[in-house]
Amino acid sequence: MSEGATAAHDVLLVGGGAAGLRAAIAIAETNPSLSVAVVSKVYPMRSHTVSAEGGAAGAIAEGDTLDEHAYDTISGSDWLCDQDAVEAFVQEAPRELLQLEHWGCPWSREPDGRIAVRAFGGMKNMRTWFAADKTGFHMLHSLFQTSLKYTDITRYDEWFVTRLLVDDGRVHGVVAIELMSGRIEVITAKSVVLCNGGSGKVFPFTTNANICTGDGMALAYRAGAPLKDMEFVQYHPTGLPFTGILITEATRAEGGWLLNKDGYRYLQDYDLGKPEPTPVLRSMELGPRDRLSQAFVHEVEKGRTIESPYGPIVHLDLRHLGAKLIDTKLPMVRELCMQYERIDPVTELIPVRPVVHYMMGGVHTDINGATPIDGLFAAGETACVTINGANRLGSNSLPECLVFGARAGRAAAEYATSAKQPSPAVMRQADDEVRRLEQMRSPDRGHEQIADIREEMQSTMEDSAGIFRSGDSLAKGVDQLAELQQRLDRIQLYDQTSAFNTELVAALELANMLDIAETILHSAVQREESRGAHQRTDFTTRDDTRFLNHALAYRDSDGSVRIERLPVTITRWPPGERVYGR
Amino acid sequence: MYRQPVSRLWWLKKRTYFVFVMRELSCIFVAWFAVFLMVMVFAIGRGEASYQRFMDWAASPVVVAINIVALAFLVLHTMTWFVLTAHATPIRVGGRRVLAMREARVAGRIVPAATAVRVGGRQVPAAMVIASQYAGLVVVSAFIAWLVLR
Amino acid sequence: MADSIRMQVTRYTPGPDSVPTVAEYDVPLRKDWAVLDGLNYIKDHVDSSLSYRWSCRMGICGSCGMNVEGEPKLTCATFLTDYAPGPVRVEPLSNFPIVRDLVVDIEDFMEKLPRVKPWIIRDDDVTVIDGEYLQTPEELAEYKQFSNCINCMLCYAACPIYGLEPDFIGPAAIALAERYDLDSRDRGQRERLDVLIEKEGVWGCTFVGECTTVCPKHVDPAGAIQRYKLKAAKENLMTFLLPRAAR
Repeated sequence: MSEGATAAHDVLLVGGGAAGLRAAIAIAETNPSLSVAVVSKVYPMRSHTVSAEGGAAGAIAEGDTLDEHAYDTISGSDWLCDQDAVEAFVQEAPRELLQLEHWGCPWSREPDGRIAVRAFGGMKNMRTWFAADKTGFHMLHSLFQTSLKYTDITRYDEWFVTRLLVDDGRVHGVVAIELMSGRIEVITAKSVVLCNGGSGKVFPFTTNANICTGDGMALAYRAGAPLKDMEFVQYHPTGLPFTGILITEATRAEGGWLLNKDGYRYLQDYDLGKPEPTPVLRSMELGPRDRLSQAFVHEVEKGRTIESPYGPIVHLDLRHLGAKLIDTKLPMVRELCMQYERIDPVTELIPVRPVVHYMMGGVHTDINGATPIDGLFAAGETACVTINGANRLGSNSLPECLVFGARAGRAAAEYATSAKQPSPAVMRQADDEVRRLEQMRSPDRGHEQIADIREEMQSTMEDSAGIFRSGDSLAKGVDQLAELQQRLDRIQLYDQTSAFNTELVAALELANMLDIAETILHSAVQREESRGAHQRTDFTTRDDTRFLNHALAYRDSDGSVRIERLPVTITRWPPGERVYGR
Repeated sequence: MYRQPVSRLWWLKKRTYFVFVMRELSCIFVAWFAVFLMVMVFAIGRGEASYQRFMDWAASPVVVAINIVALAFLVLHTMTWFVLTAHATPIRVGGRRVLAMREARVAGRIVPAATAVRVGGRQVPAAMVIASQYAGLVVVSAFIAWLVLR
Repeated sequence: MADSIRMQVTRYTPGPDSVPTVAEYDVPLRKDWAVLDGLNYIKDHVDSSLSYRWSCRMGICGSCGMNVEGEPKLTCATFLTDYAPGPVRVEPLSNFPIVRDLVVDIEDFMEKLPRVKPWIIRDDDVTVIDGEYLQTPEELAEYKQFSNCINCMLCYAACPIYGLEPDFIGPAAIALAERYDLDSRDRGQRERLDVLIEKEGVWGCTFVGECTTVCPKHVDPAGAIQRYKLKAAKENLMTFLLPRAAR
C-alpha cells in the first residue's frame, strides 16, 4: 500500500449526482486530454438527486426577467446570500436547463412543443421547469446516460472516500474503500471536487435518503476548509408522517391547500396573504418554506393540528384539482400516497408535517466552487456558494447543481493543468489513514453501538436545533454531542470482514454526521438573531448590524469548532423586508 | 462472490415460466401440423388409393392422440401470439399523421425531414387488438369451412 | 394482528461461507413497515453485520431490489403486513452473483447499458444557442413510459433467459434503447439497431413477459423488446431484398 497510489487522475469528482456528473461532462467536453474520474459511494443513478420532484428554476417565460429571479432568491434567502453568486446563477440557469434538454431530459411541454414552466414557492413568476413530478429523477438519468457517451470518464462506483490528502495547503487526492472487496486504496489527483450532497440524516425525520450523511462536508472540514452558514437547515412544510417522504411543493403550485384540523387555510393568519381559490404567486401556500414550516409550529401551539401516531399533522388538500390534473402533473404524488399512506389524494386529504429537507450551509466556496484549500472545489448541496443564504427557494437547488457543478468542473480542470505531483508526506498521510481504517475493524474497541449513538444524535438535533431554537436548547445540544463524540471512539464493529461491510461504512458515516451536527449547533449558538430558517426564541428579530454576515466553522486542532465571520456580498439589492402575500 | 445456480426445474417455479416453456415447446407441434398437411397434399396428388391410405393412418389412435395434443399446443401458441401482437405494435387511432415529425425542430430553425409517425389520438387498448385478432381468426376459419364443406 | 413476524434472510460472506445460508429473525409487525424497515430493525437491533443496499426509501433510487417470497420487489415499497402471519423469505435478486448477504453484483448491467447508446445521437451542429428542440406533449408521451426505468434490476432477476444466457443484453437496456429511439430529438435508431440486431440483442428474448409484470414503474420492457424485434425483422428483410444504397 505504501509504495504508491492505486490510480492517478487529473481531476477527481467525489459524488455522482447532478453536480458531479455535470462537472464530469463539463471537463470531458472542455478539456478531453485530462483524466477525469468520478468516485461515488453508490452507483451514480442512485444519488439523491433522483428524489427531487418539483422542478428547476430558470427564467425563460415571456415577461419574466433575470432580475426578478434574482430578487426572489435574495429576498427568499433573507438577504444572506451573496448577490454576485445569485446574479451568475440566474443568468446561467436557463442555459444549463436547456443543455439538459439537448441531452434528452423529458421536460414537460406546452401544446406547441415549447418548455412548460410552473409556479413555485417564493417565486414571483412562473419559471420552474419540470418533468412531471420526477424532475430530479429525469435530470439525473439524463446526465448519467449522457455521461456514458464520454468513455474517458473513469468511474469508481461504490467506493467510499474516507479522507482527503492535503499537504502544504493543497489537495493531492483521496483515500477510499472499494466496498465490494473492502480494499483500501489511494487515488491521487491534481484537483478534487466534492459534490456528495447534503446531510439531512443528522436529523431523525428527513426527506433525505439514507446516503445523505454529509460526507463531503466532513471531509473538507477535517482537511481544514471551513463550513459556511451551517445553522440554516431547511424544513420542507409537506412530508408524509413516518416515512418523511416528500410531497412536492408543486402540489401547492398546482393549487393545493394546507388545512388545519378545522379545515381552515391557516396560513392566512401568518402574514402570508389572503386565501384565494386559485394559487397566487408569492402568497399563502406559495410562500417560502421557512415561513410555512414556522406557521405549522404555531398551529401546534394553538392546538389546531391533528394528532397522529407520528405526532401532530395538518392536511394537504388536492381534491379540488381533479384526477386529470393530478395524473398528468403530479403522478408520483398520487403513487406515493397510495403506496405509503394507502390514501388517494383525488378523494382524500394527505397528512403532512414539516420535515428536514436541505442544508443551506456547506463547504465554503467562491463563485467558481473553489474552497480555501488549493485544488479543492465543491458544488451542489455539499457546497455553500451561497445563493441560498438563510432559506433556499424551492426549485433553485437543481439548477444550482448544474450551474455550479459546471463552474467547479471547469475551474478544477484549469487548476489541474498547472498542479504538481504529490509529495512524499501525502503518502505518509495515506498510510496513516489505512492503519486507522484497519484498526476500526479490529475487535475489543468498546461496547458502543452505531445505531444507539445515531439515534441519540438525531433526537439531540431535533430537540436543540429544530424549526425554533434557543440559547438554552442549543447549549444543551452542544454538551450532548460532545459526549456522543467520546462514545464514538468506543464503537465496536461486529462485522470484521471485508466484502461489502456496511457496518464499517455506517460507522464512518456516523463520524461524519457528528462533526456536521457540531458545526450546526455551534454556528446556531453564535447567531443571536432570527433570520430565514434560523429562528431563535430568545432573539426573535433579524439583526443586520451584527449578523448580515456568514458564519465560517473551522475545526481546531483539538477537534473543537471555531466560528469566524465573513461579510455578505451585496451588489444591487440592499436588505429589506421580506413581503409575501401583500 | 457466489454465483447462484439456475435450477433445472426453474420453469416449474412460476405459472408464467411454465406457460412460456410450453409455448416454446409448441413450435414442435406447429412443425408437426405443417408436415402432416404436406403429407396429405402429396397423398391427394397421388390418387384416391394413396389418399385413403393416408386417411386410414390419420385415423389410427396414435395419430389422433398426437393431433389432439398438437391442437392444444397450437391453441396455446395462437393465444399467446395474439397477446404478444398487442405489445409489439401499438396501434393509434385519430390524431394526425405528420411528415417531418421525427425530425426535431429547433426553435427558430428547421432541419430536414425523415419518416412519418402518427401523433396524438389514442392508443387502441390491448384487449381490443387481441379481440380483433380473434374476430379475424373466426372470419378466416369460417371461409375455409365454407370452402371445404360446401 | 400478531405483533411480530419472522423474516428468513439470506446470509453469505465470501471466504467463511462457501454457500449462502438462511438466518431467521423476528421483527415487529407494524402496519406501515415495509420489508426494508424490517431489515433496518435487524441491522440496528439484532445483527449489525447484515448487509444490503438501500437509499431513498421512496421507490425511485432503485437500490433496494430483493426477492421477497421468490418475487423480485423493491423492499421499500413492499409491506410486511402483506406477508402476515409469515414467515417472509428475503433473498438477493436471482440471476446475479451474490457479493454479500443481500447485495448482488450488477456490474454486468453497468457494462451492457452503454452498448445500446442511451443518449441523444445527432450529427448536426445544433447547440443550446439555437434554443430548445420543440417537442409536443404527444411526442413526449411516445417515449415517456420507457424513460421511467429506475435501473432497479428487478426485470433481470425475473428473466429466465438472462439467467440461462448471461450474454443477453436484457430488458432494461433494451427499454432504454427504445426510449431514445422514440424520442423526437434523436437520430440514433440506426446505430442502436446495429447493436440490438445481434444474437445477444433482442433475439435472445423469447417473450416470457415477466419483466413487464415485475416492473415497479410500469415501463413494459417486454413491449419494447417486441417492438424492436419488428424493427430488426424489417431490417433483415430489407437487407435481404435490397442493396444497401436503396434502403
